[in-house]
This record gives sequence, C-alpha cells and structure tokens, in this order.
Amino acid sequence: MSKDYEPNIVAFLCNWCSYAGADLAGTSRVQYPPNINIIRVMCTGRVNPLFLVNAFQQGADSVLVSGCHPGDCHYMEGNFYARRRFTLMKELLEFIGVDPRRVNMSWVSASEGGKFKDVVEKLVKDAKDTGPFEQFRRNKINW
Amino acid sequence: MNSKPKIGVYICHCGINVAKTVDVDEVTEFSSQLPYVKLARNYSYMCSDPGQNLIKDDIANEGLNRVVVASCSPRMHEPTFRKTLIEAGINPFFLEMANIREHCSWVHQDKEEATEKAKKLVAASVSKARLLEPLEEKEVEVEPASLVIGGGIAGIQAALDIANAGFKVYMVEKTPSIGGKMAQLDKTFPTLDCSACILTPKMVDVDAHPNIELLTYSQVEEISGYVGNFDVKVRKKARYVDMEKCTGCGLCAEECRLADRIPSEFDAGVGKRSGIYLPFPQAVPAKFTIDPERCLFLTRGKCGKSPKCVDVCTAEAIDFEQKDEFVEFKVGAVIVATGYDVFDASRKPEYGYDNYDNVLTGLEMERLVSASGPTGGSIALGEGEEAYVPKDIAFIKCVGSRDESVGNEYCSRVCCMYTAKLAHLVKEKIPEANVRIYYMDVRAFGKGFEEFYDRVRREGIRYIRGNPSEIFKRNGRLVVKVEDTLTATPLEDEVDLVVLAVGLEPRKDSREIIDLLRLSQSGDRFYLEAHPKLAPVDTATDGVFVAGCAQGPKDIPDSVAQAKGAASSALGLLASGRVKVEAQVSVVDEATCRGCAYCVEICPYGAIEMVNVNRMGHEVQVAQVNEVLCKGCGACVAGCFSGSIQQRSFKDRQILPQIAVLGVLR
Repeated sequence: MSKDYEPNIVAFLCNWCSYAGADLAGTSRVQYPPNINIIRVMCTGRVNPLFLVNAFQQGADSVLVSGCHPGDCHYMEGNFYARRRFTLMKELLEFIGVDPRRVNMSWVSASEGGKFKDVVEKLVKDAKDTGPFEQFRRNKINW
Repeated sequence: MNSKPKIGVYICHCGINVAKTVDVDEVTEFSSQLPYVKLARNYSYMCSDPGQNLIKDDIANEGLNRVVVASCSPRMHEPTFRKTLIEAGINPFFLEMANIREHCSWVHQDKEEATEKAKKLVAASVSKARLLEPLEEKEVEVEPASLVIGGGIAGIQAALDIANAGFKVYMVEKTPSIGGKMAQLDKTFPTLDCSACILTPKMVDVDAHPNIELLTYSQVEEISGYVGNFDVKVRKKARYVDMEKCTGCGLCAEECRLADRIPSEFDAGVGKRSGIYLPFPQAVPAKFTIDPERCLFLTRGKCGKSPKCVDVCTAEAIDFEQKDEFVEFKVGAVIVATGYDVFDASRKPEYGYDNYDNVLTGLEMERLVSASGPTGGSIALGEGEEAYVPKDIAFIKCVGSRDESVGNEYCSRVCCMYTAKLAHLVKEKIPEANVRIYYMDVRAFGKGFEEFYDRVRREGIRYIRGNPSEIFKRNGRLVVKVEDTLTATPLEDEVDLVVLAVGLEPRKDSREIIDLLRLSQSGDRFYLEAHPKLAPVDTATDGVFVAGCAQGPKDIPDSVAQAKGAASSALGLLASGRVKVEAQVSVVDEATCRGCAYCVEICPYGAIEMVNVNRMGHEVQVAQVNEVLCKGCGACVAGCFSGSIQQRSFKDRQILPQIAVLGVLR
C-alpha cells in the first residue's frame, strides 16, 4: 500500500461521555490525526450494529463506537446494550474475514480528553497497518 | 411544515479559534454548492447578537427553513441557536450543528487538512438538516419540593435557602447528626471564628424549620423519575432508640458497658465514646443512637443481666426491636452535597502514621486543640504519668494532595490555611513551642488568607521549604528527614509531634450517588459539573445539582457560596413550576410494529407499553412510547427487529446520510 495512504474512520460517540471527552480534547488543544469523523448520538445504545456495516459500505476503513464507561451510562444501561450488540457484530464481521482492528469500541468519559486522543491515534495507526478496506464498498447512496 | 428544504449554512470564525486553522471562506464556498443549501455565510462570532440576527434576517428574507451552524460543540451553543430559531419563528429542531472547533480546528494544525475535515463535517450536518422534522417540547409540572443529600455546611445552607423561599426540603444525612466535617473543626481560617458557634445555629434552624423534614441516620435507596418529578425512597436505619421518647439526657451513654471504649468518629478517633452515643454535644437531632456493630446486646444478644441503657432510661426510649423504616416521597430537584473524606495518612507509609502515636492528621489535631475535644483543648500527648506537652512541633503539608504517587494530582485548597491556623492555635496554647511547617508552596489565595499567613509567620512560626522524605524514631523522639530546598541543606529535625496536613478526597462511597443519579466523575474522581465555568452547580442529569466538596475540594466560604448557587438553581426550577422534557424521544410506527414487545424489555425507563389498536379491521398489539417518561437514549431503536421505532432527530434516515457523507474518502 502507498505510504501516504490516509484511512477514513467513522466514529459514533455518545453525547454525554465520549462526545464530551472529544470536546475536552479540543478545549485542551490536544492534537490528533484528522482521519476521524464523528457522528453524535445521544447514547451508544442508539447505534444500530448495521451502521457499522453501512459505514464500511460507504467508504470507511475503520469504525469506532465510543461511550461511557460500563456502569456510568447517562441512560443507565444503554452502553451495555451497545457492548452486547457490538460484540456480536464484531464477531460476525471477523468470521467473514474483516480484520478485527477495523471494528473498534472504547470507553471514554467526559473528563478523558487525553484518552480520546490515545484512542484516535491507536485507531489511525491500526487502520494504516490494515490498509484500505474495499470489500464492502458500494456506490455512495444519495439519501 | 415539511416544505422543500431551504438550508442556510453559517460558518463561525470564533474570532480566530476556527479561522486560524480552517479556511472559512473555502468552507463557505463549498457549503453553498451542497444540495438544498440556499445560502452559506461566515461571520466572526455567530453566537453574538449580530451573528444571531444574521440567521433571523435570512429566515425572514430568504425563506430559510433549516439552519446549519458550523462552530463550536452543540453541547455549548445548541440551546443558543435553538432560541434564535424560535425567535425567527421556525421550529427550534430545524437546527443542526457542525462541530468544527472542538473536533476540528482545535485538534488539528495543518490548515489544509483541517479545512477538508471541516467541509466533511458541514456536509454531514447539511445532509442531516435536510431531513430534520419539527418537534414539540412538552412541559410537565414540577413537584414543589427538593431533596438535599448530605447534612454538612453545604447541604445545610442549600436546605435553608430553599426552605426559606417557601418550598419543602427533605434532608437526608447518613450519620446520626447533621453538621458534617465543619462541626469537627475548632476554629475556621482566616478569621478564627469558632466553627461550632457559627454552625450550630444553622443546624438548629434546619431542625426547627417548618419546611424541612430532617432524615438523619438515613440513606437514599432509590431515585427514579426525571427532572421535576423524582420518586425518592429513603431507608431510615434503626437507631434502636425511640426518637419521640429520647430526651437526650445521656445517662445511657454514661452507664453503657462500652463507655469510653469505642473510638469516636466525631473526635477522629482521638476521643472515645460508648455503644450508645450522641456524636457530639451540639448534635442535631439531640437524640441518642445505638451503634449496631458494637453494642453488646445487638452483636451478642446479651449484655450482662440486662442492657444498662435500658435500666437507666427513665423515658423508656431504648427499643431493640426497632427495624429499618422506608420513607417515600416526590421531589422536583435534588442537591448532592455529600462532602469528602480526608486522605488516609496510612497511604504514605514513609510518614509513619500507623507506627507512631505522635504522628497525627490535621483533623486529629483539630480535635486535640478543640475546647470541645477529648482533652478539653489542652495539647498533651501520652497517657497518665507519661503525659507531656510537645515543644517541638512539625507540620507537613500536601500529604495526599499534589501527589501523583497516591493518585491525587489536585491541590486540596484548604491544607495551607488550616495548617497556618493550627500552627497559630498551637502557639497560642504553648507559647514556648517551636513550630515549623514543611511545605512545597504556600497557596494563600482567598480573602484574608495572605494577611493571615503573614500574621502566623510574624508569630514566630518557621516555614521551611522541603517535602520530607521520611519520619523515623531516634532516642524516643521523631526525626523528620528533609532537604531545605531553598538552601540545599539536608536536615534531620528532631520533634515531639508531627502533624500531617492531609488533603481532601472523594468519598469512598461516592459510587452510591453515581449509581442513583447517573452523575459523572471528573479526572480527580469528584462529581463532574455540567460546565466548569458556566454551569458549576449543574450536572449532566437535569434537575440534579451539586454543592460543596462533593464537586471538588473547597473551603467553607466557597462551599456556602456554591450551596447558595445550587439552591438558587433548584429554586428556579421549583418556582417556575413547569419544566420542558426531552423532545428527541422515540416514536413507534404503528403500521409496521409487529408487537413483539422486545422494546418494552429494553427500555430502562419503562416508557414503552403495549396497546391494542385496530389495524385494518384487526385488533393488534403495538408498542407505544410514553413521551414524558422517554429520555431519548434510543436503545429501543437499535433493538427493534422491524425498524418500527425511531428516535426523533436521530432517525435511521437522519443518521445514514451522515455516514454516507463521512464515509467518502478525502
């Protein structure tokens, strides 16, 4: 793969913890690679596992679901649902040959701006190692 | 309402915060080409009045019906721009924000890369904005009562302020008496007010206030509901003493077989109490409590022939049959004022707190110098004939604060001044004492603090800059090993008494409140406020406010100020009597719902129920969302087998276009 390959990452962040943690990373002027594109949801429980497949179809090389630490969910149990659904989807994707490093989940609280940067950096590094992900690509859907 | 979308895109420079790394003109030009975008503009500060007027004018003159603001985080200014839309006469939920500051310009340096990313983020927001729908914010009534958790000075102040405004307050305190840590203090810095003298009148006011229901020796078991309508269940632990009958005479404690044998919590273990006890003389309520973990009768079922407390109590108040009781009530707002724990000095083993009797913590010293303390305020060490008055006294600051090795990076904010105060009190009681204070820095930042620090130094107390490495015993005396870092001289200082200025830590049981109220913690493990500057008493949970040291280390004036702030925020809610509930809730498409009720199982709030509807002549069961109970998490949406539940503003067909835009390679 070419050296200047820049992976494209789609991330689903919950409003209360990880999105706020990413905000804090900004407020603290932490620097991380621009490859990550964030979609805000109120809770990771809202993330339909099919969103991950859809992201791959639409051109993502790697995906991230990030929410509150287990037990800290603003909605009490949303991140537990997310974790269960995510695990099933990740195993299914792995089973059909998707590199597990492309399918990621993390817990980042509202006070963990530094951790968010670490997560993004690891994600980008892994995505660069795994290279572009073409197998699922479909034509861009014009919604 | 759902006419053809005409989107206006507004790119904010945020001074240079965005404009420095994002080429706003390029993003504006790019945005204007996006589908359904009627116009795109950029402006220095969109949140300012002229910025908002720009949006309003365009809505009026250009007929915009959707607005995308690309600026800071929606967590910051979404409410601002929603209001702008309302003022311009369109539904506030026709707004979408693109976070090109926190998630872009502040975290990236390369202008080209940041500009490209900003374009993608704006395009994603535009793709969603087109599909936004108008929502209606429902209002519910607010229960005109509040719950205050914690009966320290912060809780007391908050409760009094709310009660004085005419609203009911339930105060729940875990220990047998209110008063908290402040009641344990002797004098308060820098004014040297007697702590008890200024606190106890407030404690009595709480007890006597017609609007305050005081629940001491109680714990909140459950809180459910939402802002304005919390259902609270409190466990009143059995005191084994009838509160109605107890006169507080204290005969029982004198006669108790365990009299003066149990370390007193109030005296920080320096003094002793009985198995049945009043935590301190001015306790409120002035009713005795039996310690179920110590009482001989309760632990062994036998206390001599008969328990002495029962024998001497003429009021017949002792009741070993008492059981925990549960109280349930409804409140509109909750104030968390649960306070702090002092740092456990055993975690710094080099200071020998566990090994040497004459190494004390600040709080223990406080009880020792206090006139209401176990020694009546005389600073004497050792027992009986071996008692002596310490002459050489060393204080060590920052024990458990500003110390990464114990996981506390923060400054506890009170230790500098309480050390100065204790040093002053020691000097007052033992004028010939030689007092020195080992410090890293002296932080005398508050009103009157620097003046007090100056005064203490003029009294002959020496400040030596250095963080002691070890305390050990030599010839029966304590030796403080330290380097005076200002003269680079290693010292071995022989002293009679060492006082460790221990810092403040989050309570060990702070998890209980997190689980009850879904609060978050900041990096220092104290409760996280909604915004560090602009919403310092609010939390991420609407209707829940935080006050005092539960939010972070504070001195008494700051705790009181924050308590008043929390009370005023709670009062704003209670006094308005109505509150808006989440509009971005789930909604069921009855036409496709297959009635499996899986969503009912998922919903953490019990907001979904099954109802019978007539579908083309057939009676079928479908799910229905109670829009007041629904909090809008969307867990049901991702769980629905038929895609029949959707979350308003976060529908599949509003999120998928964003994915399609963001998935495109750069």
